[in-house]
Amino acid sequence: MSAPNNSYDPVEVASLHPDAVARMRDDALAAIAGAADLDALKAVRVAHVGDRSPLALANREIGALPPAAKSDAGRRVGGARREVSEAVQARQAELEAERDARVLVEEAVDVTLPWDRGQRGARHPITTVAERMADIFVAMGFEVAEGPEVEAEWYNFDALNFLPDHPARSMQDTFFVAGADGAESGLVMRTHTSPVQVRALLDRELPVYVISPGKTFRTDELDATHSPVFHQVEGLVVDEGITLGHLRGAIDAFVLGMFGERLKTRFRPSYFPFTEPSAEVDMECFACRGASVGDPDRPCRTCSSEGWIEIGGCGVVNPKVLTAAGVDTGRYSGWAFGLGVERTLMFAHGVRDMHDMVEGDVRFTAAFGSEI
Amino acid sequence: MRVPVSWLREYVDLPADVTPRGLAAKLISVGLEVETVDEVGAELAGPIVVGRVAAIEELTGFKKPIRYCQVDVGTANGSGERQNIICGAVNFAVGDLVVVSLPGAVLAGGFAIGSRQTYGRLSEGMICSATELGLWEDHAGIVVLPEGFADPGTDAFDLLGLRDDVLDIAVTPDRGYALSMRGVARDAAVLYGAAFTDPAEVKPPATEGEGYPAAIADLDACDRFVLRDISGFDTDAPTPLWMKRRLALAGMRSVSLAVDVTNYVMWETGQPLHAFDRAKLSGGIVVRRARAGERLETLDHVDRALDPDDILITDDSGPISMAGTMGGLNSEIDDASTDLVVEAAHFSESGTARMSRRHNLHSEASRRFERGVDRRLPPYASARAVELLLLLGGGRMGGLTDVDPEVLAPPPIVVAEDHAAKVAGVDYPAGTSSTWLRAIGCTVEELPGVLSVVPPPWRTDISDPNDLAEEVIRFEGYENIPAIPPRAPAGRGLTRTQRLRRAVGRGLAGAGYSEVLSFPFVGERDLDGLHLPEDDPRRASLALANPMSDGEPLLRTTLLPGLLKTLARNAGRGSTSVSLFEAGLVYLPRDGAPARAPAPAVDRAPGADELTALAAAIPDQPYRVGAVLAGDREPAGWWGGGRQANWADAVEAAHEVARAAGVALRVAQAQAVPWHPGRCAALSVPGPDGEVVVGHAGELHPRVVKAYGLPERSVAMEVGLDLIEAAIAPADAPFISTYPVATQDVALVVEESVPAGAVEAALRSGAGELLEAVRLFDVYTGAQVGEGRKSLAYTLRLRAGDRTLTAEEATAARDAAVASAGELTGARLRG
Repeated sequence: MSAPNNSYDPVEVASLHPDAVARMRDDALAAIAGAADLDALKAVRVAHVGDRSPLALANREIGALPPAAKSDAGRRVGGARREVSEAVQARQAELEAERDARVLVEEAVDVTLPWDRGQRGARHPITTVAERMADIFVAMGFEVAEGPEVEAEWYNFDALNFLPDHPARSMQDTFFVAGADGAESGLVMRTHTSPVQVRALLDRELPVYVISPGKTFRTDELDATHSPVFHQVEGLVVDEGITLGHLRGAIDAFVLGMFGERLKTRFRPSYFPFTEPSAEVDMECFACRGASVGDPDRPCRTCSSEGWIEIGGCGVVNPKVLTAAGVDTGRYSGWAFGLGVERTLMFAHGVRDMHDMVEGDVRFTAAFGSEI
Repeated sequence: MRVPVSWLREYVDLPADVTPRGLAAKLISVGLEVETVDEVGAELAGPIVVGRVAAIEELTGFKKPIRYCQVDVGTANGSGERQNIICGAVNFAVGDLVVVSLPGAVLAGGFAIGSRQTYGRLSEGMICSATELGLWEDHAGIVVLPEGFADPGTDAFDLLGLRDDVLDIAVTPDRGYALSMRGVARDAAVLYGAAFTDPAEVKPPATEGEGYPAAIADLDACDRFVLRDISGFDTDAPTPLWMKRRLALAGMRSVSLAVDVTNYVMWETGQPLHAFDRAKLSGGIVVRRARAGERLETLDHVDRALDPDDILITDDSGPISMAGTMGGLNSEIDDASTDLVVEAAHFSESGTARMSRRHNLHSEASRRFERGVDRRLPPYASARAVELLLLLGGGRMGGLTDVDPEVLAPPPIVVAEDHAAKVAGVDYPAGTSSTWLRAIGCTVEELPGVLSVVPPPWRTDISDPNDLAEEVIRFEGYENIPAIPPRAPAGRGLTRTQRLRRAVGRGLAGAGYSEVLSFPFVGERDLDGLHLPEDDPRRASLALANPMSDGEPLLRTTLLPGLLKTLARNAGRGSTSVSLFEAGLVYLPRDGAPARAPAPAVDRAPGADELTALAAAIPDQPYRVGAVLAGDREPAGWWGGGRQANWADAVEAAHEVARAAGVALRVAQAQAVPWHPGRCAALSVPGPDGEVVVGHAGELHPRVVKAYGLPERSVAMEVGLDLIEAAIAPADAPFISTYPVATQDVALVVEESVPAGAVEAALRSGAGELLEAVRLFDVYTGAQVGEGRKSLAYTLRLRAGDRTLTAEEATAARDAAVASAGELTGARLRG
C-alpha cells in the first residue's frame, strides 16, 4: 500500500487509472457471468470481491492520491465495487434458483423406504390398562395402595370376613403356599386385591380413598377366558356418611373416564363376604348400547347381545371388616369395588383369547405401544 | 338351583301374564342370579297325543325285534282310523296307553316325524320314548302311561308337561334358603305381592308306635335329629311321571321311588333327607364325631378314612352315614327295603363344610347344610316325605323320633329405623324397613327410632344390621340408588416408587423392549436350566401346596426363567430378533419366618405385636426388572449391515432402568450364574456401607442357552429396582458454563486385563474439576501396542465456568489425568 498522501503531491497511481478500474470491473463481471455453479461463484467472489481482490487493493491506494483526486477515484472505485457486488448477488440468486430447480430435484430420495433400524418396544396392555384405570381414580383424589402377592391368609380371608369354614373361602380356588413338612403355612397367593383394603385401613389415617391395581391368583386352568394369574383394580373408600350412592357415583365416574361416554350402569344384588350389601356392576354395552338385544340380525360380540357387560363386584364395606381393621363402625362406613383388568382389556380392545395376554408374544404387545 | 316355573307356580300365585324372562329379571333384581332360562321342549311340535295299542304284529327276519302296531289315537289323526306304526321297543303290550307322535310332529333334537316306508311297511308316526319327548333320559323303551291317564287322542303336551321353562339360579353362599322351591317362591311372592303357599306347612300325620331310637352325642355337630319310619313299602312301586318329570327338570336322576321322594322333598323344602333300610340297622342311632381309625364306604363306592372332626350317623355296627354329606353303602336301601327309616336333621354349617371339603365330597345335601338350613324343618319335611312314600308306595306309618334339644336363640338384631336408608343413600319413607323385613319372614318390633328384628329360621345368613339393610334395599330396588360423585380429599398422587416403575416401563419400551407378564410358577427344571449351583440362594424357593402343574410347583426367585421361556416361545414362532422385559415381584423365603403365619382375632384390630408377627411371616417380595435379547438388535437393511444383540445391550438395558431413576450404575467385571463367565457385568450403586450390587447383565452361558433352547448368544440382565431406588439422590442442577470447550484426545496403552472402566475412573479423578466429560472413542489391540495390551483412546472435554481455558491449562489437566491413569492402572501414553 502507498503511504497516505497528505502533502498534496500530484502522484499518479496506476491502479486507480480510470481504464485500470474499468478493466478490473470488466474482468470481475466476466468472471461472475462465467461462474457455472455456486462453488465457482464462491471462488469468483473471493477473487473479485474479497479483501485481496484487485478492486479492494485499488481502493486502498486511494489514500495515496492528492486530496483533489481522492474523491473522483473513490467514486469510480466504489461504483465499480458496487457494480461487481451487485452482479455477484444477482448471479448468486440466479444460480440458487437454478440449483433449486435442478439439483434438489436430482437429490430426491424414496422416503417410503423403511428405516426400521431399531426395534419397537411396547408395554404390556394389562399394565397400561391397569394404570389407566387407577389414574381415573387418582384424578379424583385417590391414592394408589399396594400389598404383597404372597399374602397371609389373615389378610386375604379372615380380616375380610371369610370365616375359616365358610363356603366362600373355598369358593375362590386358592393357591396355598406349602409349609414345612406338608404343614399349612398360613400363606396364600392372594386371590384378590382386597387384602390391600385391610392393609390400607391399618396403615393410613382416615378417611381412606385408595385404589389398588395388582396381580391376583386362582387355580383356574388357562383357557380362552380364564387364567391362573390375572389382574384386578380394587377401590376402597372409608369416610363418614358413605352410602351405596357414593359407590354408584364412583362407578359412573370410572365408566365415563374409561369408556368416555355417558353409559348407563346397573347394580345387581350379589354376595361377597367383605361387603354387605353387595352388588355386581353391569355397564351398558358401549358397542351396541343395547340395540342387539332381541335383534338376531344385529348380534353383538361384545355383550353377547345381552345389552349389558358385567364389569365387577362391589358393595358397602362389611362393618366386620372395618372392625378387624380397627375402624370405628359407629362413625365410619365405606364402599369397595373390584374390577377385572383382563375383562376391561377384552371389551375395550377386542382381545379374543386369554392366551394372547399371558404368552408374551411380541406381535400381540406391539399393537399397544407405550400407553393405552 | 334349577327351578321349573310350572313347579314354582304351585307355591306362589304369580299373575298369569308373568313371563319366564320377566320373572328371571325380577329375581335377578333381588339377588337370585338367574343365569339361564331354559325353554325346555320349545323345539317340540305336535301332534303328539295319547294312543292305545290295539294290535301288535311281530315282524321277523330283522336283526332286532320289530313290531308293526295299530294304535288308536282317537280322532287326533283326523280320520279316527287306527294309526299303523313301526316300533323297535318291546316294553309294551296290546291295550297299553302310549304317547304317539303323528306325521308333522317334531321331537327332541329337532327330529321331524313323517310317514315313511320302513321294514317293508308304511309307518305313520312314532311311539315315543321319554328321551325322544325330552322328558328325561331313558333308553329302556317307550313311555307306557298308567291306565286311566287319559283317553286316546288327548293332546300330550299339557298332560305330560312337555314344555316348561326352567330358571337356573346361581345361588350365592349367603342365600342358602334359595336352594329350595320354598325359598325362591317366597322371594317371588314378595316381588309380585302374590300369595305364597309354604310347602313346609304340613300337618304332622298321626304316627303309630315308637320311633326308631336315636340320640345326639355332640350338640355342636347336630342340634336337631328327626327319624320317621314306615313299613310294608312296595319296593316295586314306580316313581310317578310327574315326579320323574320334575326331578328331571331340576337336574336330578330318578333312582327309585324312595330315593326320588327324598330328593323331591329336598328340592321342594330345602331340607336334605336320607332313607335307611331299617333291616340293615342294628341298635339305636347316635349322631357323633368319628373315632380314630373309623372308616365308611359311602354310596359313591369310595372307602373313606374318617377324621375325628367328621360328623357321623352311627348305630351299633359303627358309622352308617356321613352326616348331611353322603350315606353309607352298608345301610343303603335296595329292592328288598320294605321298612324304611327316614332321617331329617339339622347339622352344623361349619362341620358339614369342613367335612365335605376334607373329603372333597360335595353333595346336594352338604351344599345346603353348609349354607344353612331351617332348623325347624326336619319334622315337617320328614312328614311330607313319608306321606308321599305311603301315598305312592303304600305301607304303614310308623313312629316318630324328634331329638330337639333346647337351643339358645340369638338375640334380636336391634337396628336404627333409618339404617337401610343410610346405607343406600336413599330417603326411604318411615315403615319401609318393617314392611320388607316382615315380608321376608322376620318378626319386627317397632321401638322408638329402632327396630328389634328376629330373622326367620330359614335365614341363617341374617345376623347384622347391614344384612337387614340389604334385604330392604334389594326389594326397594338397587336401580333406585342415586349416583353421588366421589368427594375424596386432595390426594398426593403417585408415590415415587410408583412413578419410577412406570418410568422404567416406558424407558425400556422406548428403547425397543416389549413387556411380558409371565406366570411366576417355576420348576426345578427351570432352575437346573440356569445351571444354578446347589447352594445358590435362588434355589431356596417357596412351593405351592396345590400347583397348577406338578412340574412347576415353585414360586420364582428370579425373573429369568419366565423371560427365557418367553424368548424361546417367540423364537419358536419365528420372532427370532426380540428384546423383552419383565417387571414384577420375586418371592424370597424369609430367614426366621414362623412356621405358620398367625391369624389374629377379627373382632378388633390386631395389636402392634400381632402385626409384627404377621409381617415376619410374609416372604420378602422385591420388585425386579429383567430383560433378554436375541438376534439382531439392529437389523440389516437397505442402509447396510445390522448388529447382533450382545452383552453390551444387556448392560445398556440395566443403565436404561437406572436412568429412569436418575442413578448411575457402576459396572464391574464379574462371574455370575447364569452368565458367560467372561461376559458378565456386576452392576452396583453406592450405598451407605459401600457399593451395593443391584444385579447382573451380560451374555448368557452357552449351556443355559442350550437348556432353554434359546437363539445362540442370547443376552440377559436382571436388577433389583428397590435397590436402585434406594440410591436415588436429589438431582442438583448443574452449572452451565458458556465458555468455549477445550478437547484433548489421549491414547493410553494398558494391560489387556485392565478394565476400561478403571481407566476412565482414573482419568476422571486425575483431570479434576475442569473435566466436563470423558468418552472412550476407540479400542485397539494389535502389533503396534504389543502382545497382551490394548490401546484405549479417549476424548476429554475440558471447560471452566469463569474463563476460557488456555492451552496450557487444558494440557495440564490432560497430563494430570494421564498421570492418574498411569498410577492407578499402569497406563502409559501410546507413543
